[in-house]
Amino acid sequence: MYEITEKQELAHTVYLYKIKAPLIAKKRRAGQFVVLRMNEHGERIPLTIVDSDEKAGTITIIVQEVGKSTAILGDMGAGDSILDVVGPLGKPTHIENFGVAVCVGGGIGTAPVLPIAKALKAAGNKVISIIGARTKGLLILEKEMKEASDELWVTTDDGSCGHHGFVTQVLQNFINEGMKIGCVVGIGPVPMMRAVANTTRPYKLLTVVSLNPIMVDGTGMCGSCRVTIGRKNQFVCVDGPEFNGHEVDFDELIMRNRSYIKEEKSAMEEFTYHEGDKCYERCDK
Amino acid sequence: MSGPKDAKPKQGGRQSMAEQPPLERIRNFFEVPLGYTPEQAMLEASRCIQCKKPLCVGGCPVNINIPWFVRLIAEGKFSEAARKIKETNGLPAVCGRVCPQEDQCEKVCIIGKKGDPVSIGRLERFAADYEREHGEAELPEIPKWTGKRAAVVGAGPAGLTVASDLVKKGHKVTVFEALHTAGGVLMYGIPEFRLPKKIVQSEVEFLKRMGVEIVLNAVVGKLETIDELLADGYGAVFVGSGAGLPNFMNLSGENLIGVYSANEYLTRVNLMKAYLFPEFDTPVIRGRKVTVFGGGNTAMDSARTALRLCPEEVTIVYRRSREELPVRVEEVHHGEEEGLRFQFLTAPKRFTGDRDGRLIAVECVKMVLGEPDESGRRRPSEVKGSEFQIETDVAIVAIGNGANPLIPQTTPDIKVNKWGNITVDQDTGRTSKKGVFSGGDIVRGGATVILAMGDGRRAADSMHEYLMTGAW
Ligand SMILES: Cc1cc2nc3c(=O)[nH]c(=O)nc-3n(C[C@H](O)[C@H](O)[C@H](O)COP(=O)(O)OP(=O)(O)OC[C@H]3O[C@@H](n4cnc5c(N)ncnc54)[C@H](O)[C@@H]3O)c2cc1C
Ligand code: SF4
Ligand code: FES
Repeated sequence: MYEITEKQELAHTVYLYKIKAPLIAKKRRAGQFVVLRMNEHGERIPLTIVDSDEKAGTITIIVQEVGKSTAILGDMGAGDSILDVVGPLGKPTHIENFGVAVCVGGGIGTAPVLPIAKALKAAGNKVISIIGARTKGLLILEKEMKEASDELWVTTDDGSCGHHGFVTQVLQNFINEGMKIGCVVGIGPVPMMRAVANTTRPYKLLTVVSLNPIMVDGTGMCGSCRVTIGRKNQFVCVDGPEFNGHEVDFDELIMRNRSYIKEEKSAMEEFTYHEGDKCYERCDK
Repeated sequence: MSGPKDAKPKQGGRQSMAEQPPLERIRNFFEVPLGYTPEQAMLEASRCIQCKKPLCVGGCPVNINIPWFVRLIAEGKFSEAARKIKETNGLPAVCGRVCPQEDQCEKVCIIGKKGDPVSIGRLERFAADYEREHGEAELPEIPKWTGKRAAVVGAGPAGLTVASDLVKKGHKVTVFEALHTAGGVLMYGIPEFRLPKKIVQSEVEFLKRMGVEIVLNAVVGKLETIDELLADGYGAVFVGSGAGLPNFMNLSGENLIGVYSANEYLTRVNLMKAYLFPEFDTPVIRGRKVTVFGGGNTAMDSARTALRLCPEEVTIVYRRSREELPVRVEEVHHGEEEGLRFQFLTAPKRFTGDRDGRLIAVECVKMVLGEPDESGRRRPSEVKGSEFQIETDVAIVAIGNGANPLIPQTTPDIKVNKWGNITVDQDTGRTSKKGVFSGGDIVRGGATVILAMGDGRRAADSMHEYLMTGAW
């Protein structure tokens, strides 16, 4: 059992958790993830490790409620325990001094960007970050990203905060202005990562994305997480999660991520039905 | 009520074992063969003529004293029989169910020369089940602590055997397992209806009672490396990480929704209990028509699992002919009873899907068999122009597994062969790295439970010697 020592609500249905897992806290590096299973009946779901505190023996994860498993987690709080936490999985981010590194985080994707931005900064890069969300209330980690970066740009789709529009527009501006960019890290919803890769492709800018396919074991044993990268099948859990964005078949990833759309919906309906009251409360906020 | 068939003991000849009737069992995940009654077991055991030079013992990869335990059963001393087996085989309830006895002990049994051999496997299962169900499993005596510690990577049959043997020699043993449950393929691969998971777990519990420490959710190489374990006070390490890297066929459309590796399909259903979705949260696509590619145990287990998830039709597509099927005859027989179809001399060419990327068909081609290849099996080749479509919405690729690369990647001084399997000294299980031993599927590629256990046994002996003397 892995105890939740702290929970914060970062935005509507977006929570930060600190979980007691001393050995993982000691070993993990930027870019790696854990697989969680909430209870005996639960699924195994991958989540990026955003931060860790070796002294306290905790790792930090940030979760948005999107389906049954994350909703169950969303109902848990400090003092509750998660049944299984496995990690650190995947390869760490390749960190070096690229000169100028642009870190792009979309929605909840800002969470995995944060540790990478910190590591890039520590390696001597000038870190320029762009974070975006649909609307102001869904922006997360603005303060932390500001601290981790030399410059921070904010965008919202509805213009309620920062630049009115998409993260890729800001990135395009940088390129148009002739900024010497050494590396772009883009993490967020798959369509956003595809847009980042498409933006940088004509300029052959090194672009790293972090993929989030459906996983089961997370140790390379099942192949559920396979994605075509440069015409080759790769297992994201062991060969990734980070890949060259210009080689990723994003359309295939989007397609595969919809494998269980029917099942997920029915599970969620059943869950909210049984948890009737709470859901009402949650939706009403 | 139509009772299970052949449940009654009969005089003379081999005792058959009661089974769930096919039409009933494809609607559940309960075990298919129901086991012997005590009367049947005693009758069957009395068929053994107690050879002076028993051939069966030589046919058993861990040389169980077969005539001895069989005699105990004939005398009605069932739990004693189980204890006798456990002197050489720590997992008799498992092996009695999944060992290919027809190729091992029973193949060479003298009685088999003139009729059916003694049902050694069923008797093994009977004794182990009896002991467990009657709560008569006795803890072996554990000697005083030697002061030495050993680490085991992977809680499959190889690793569990090493752990059991080493605690019995007085060492402290910690098993590190990547998944949330111990058992390896016994838990995630072999289906419930062939090997009930509570049997595997009761074996694991038994080990824990003997003092073996099992750490779950611990991926060695990621959490701690082998070098760190060695530096942490573990005098020796056994690597039994299995052959868990699924092979794909590299065909167009193989990433469509509905195409699974057998590992993923079986893991979802067995380990994550997708057959109980939505009571359990992990889903699996059940499909209407399921096609399985391959001819081994894994293909058969996938197909028989699919039959129970109630699609209309399940077909195994195999490149060679029925004669070359590597799977156990008993399993083919069970599968066919359950309505499984075979499409022999056929190979897939590509998968096609609908607009959402969901699988709808697989294009196949007919094959003919040519001259035998290195493996002695006749090499199949395509019949030009014989392409045809099989309508299918779930495809399961069961063409074998490669070696799990995690340990060799993070411990480069452990030598591997060109397929990534760890190379060891056959007799001792020693790897190229001092203090590190290995066995089971990570060494052999996909093999069997009993061979993995045999490796574990040999490795445990040499680990004991190494721990006590330090001589490499
Ligand atoms: C579907 C299927 C059906 C089969 N049917 C039969 C049968 O009927 N009869 C038979 O004799 N054989 C059968 N086999 C083969 C048999 O299961 C294997 O030969 C046997 O399980 C190998 O044992 P093992 O201990 O080497 O490895 P495994 O059983 O594969 O166990 C390895 C364990 O190590 C863990 N692990 C891997 N890497 C790490 C790491 N880095 N850190 C920590 N843990 C790790 C894995 O999670 C796993 O639990 C079947 C195999 C399959 C897949
Ligand atoms: S070979 Fe057959 S008859 Fe002889 S001891 Fe073994 S089981 Fe009994
Ligand atoms: S999640 Fe199973 S191989 Fe990656």
